[in-house]
Amino acid sequence: MTASNRRPRPLPTSKECRGQFEQEVTRLMDRLYGTALRLARNPDDAEDVVAETVSNAWRKLDQLDDLAHMEGWLFRILHHTFVSHWRRRQCRQEKEVDIEPEDNDIRFSLFEKLHQPFLLWWGAPEKEFVNALLHEDIQNAIDNLPDGYRVVIVLVEVEGYSYEEASGLLDLPLGTIRSRVSRARTLLQKALWSQGQDAGLAKCCGQPSGTSSGGDL
Amino acid sequence: MSESRISCEEVVQRLFEYMDRELDSYTSAEIQRHLERCHDCFSRAEFERQLRERVARSGQQEAPERLRHRIREMIERF
Ligand SMILES: [Zn+2]
Repeated sequence: MTASNRRPRPLPTSKECRGQFEQEVTRLMDRLYGTALRLARNPDDAEDVVAETVSNAWRKLDQLDDLAHMEGWLFRILHHTFVSHWRRRQCRQEKEVDIEPEDNDIRFSLFEKLHQPFLLWWGAPEKEFVNALLHEDIQNAIDNLPDGYRVVIVLVEVEGYSYEEASGLLDLPLGTIRSRVSRARTLLQKALWSQGQDAGLAKCCGQPSGTSSGGDL
Repeated sequence: MSESRISCEEVVQRLFEYMDRELDSYTSAEIQRHLERCHDCFSRAEFERQLRERVARSGQQEAPERLRHRIREMIERF
């Protein structure tokens, strides 16, 4: 990046800039809202987070080097905005995540539940299962995760944060992020499994409970 | 010479970190080599990748008209 090919920064108050800003915000609205909703879980809170994000972004617009980078920048502001809301709430709620009891079958794996190595003629039940999952199934499963796990998994799996970035944003040790990501995935897969069973998605693979408790092959 | 030395068990154990690109390049390359050769681990990795894609798409949800309206009004006042 040399100085010569850097475009002049538009004035944040100019009409043209406001138009571009609005256009970009409008274009990204479904993702901004969807992400806020996955993080906050509650639609009213999600709307507030998006509104505050847009207002914060406008205030900080002069910190953006190029309007072409607005997408990533807006999402970072959204994450920060959410996290500061969330911290305030967590202080009041006495960290539910830390008192969450450890589940005994920590190694639950959807793949192991579904995969049938000896039934090659059957095709791939695990693929069918994933394909049959509805958007709402996945949303429900995420929304029902305990707060601390949900936020970490959304940042890592939906938003593509590295563990280190998530650790910085949430102000949590790297090891905590690592274990929460892993635990969140287990909980998520368990939830999808039981939702899938309720919906009759996995009837071909419902094993008698005695054979599946350990999860090891 | 550079035969895959990592076991299926290790691959399974580190698969998510591999997919999250959280492993050092050596381990990551070892796993990649293993996945190219081991059908079982490959199917597992494929499954987790597809599931993950579905999870990633859950970040998209139609914003309510009320919110769009609120944002438009807000930007007008900027
Ligand atoms: Zn293997």
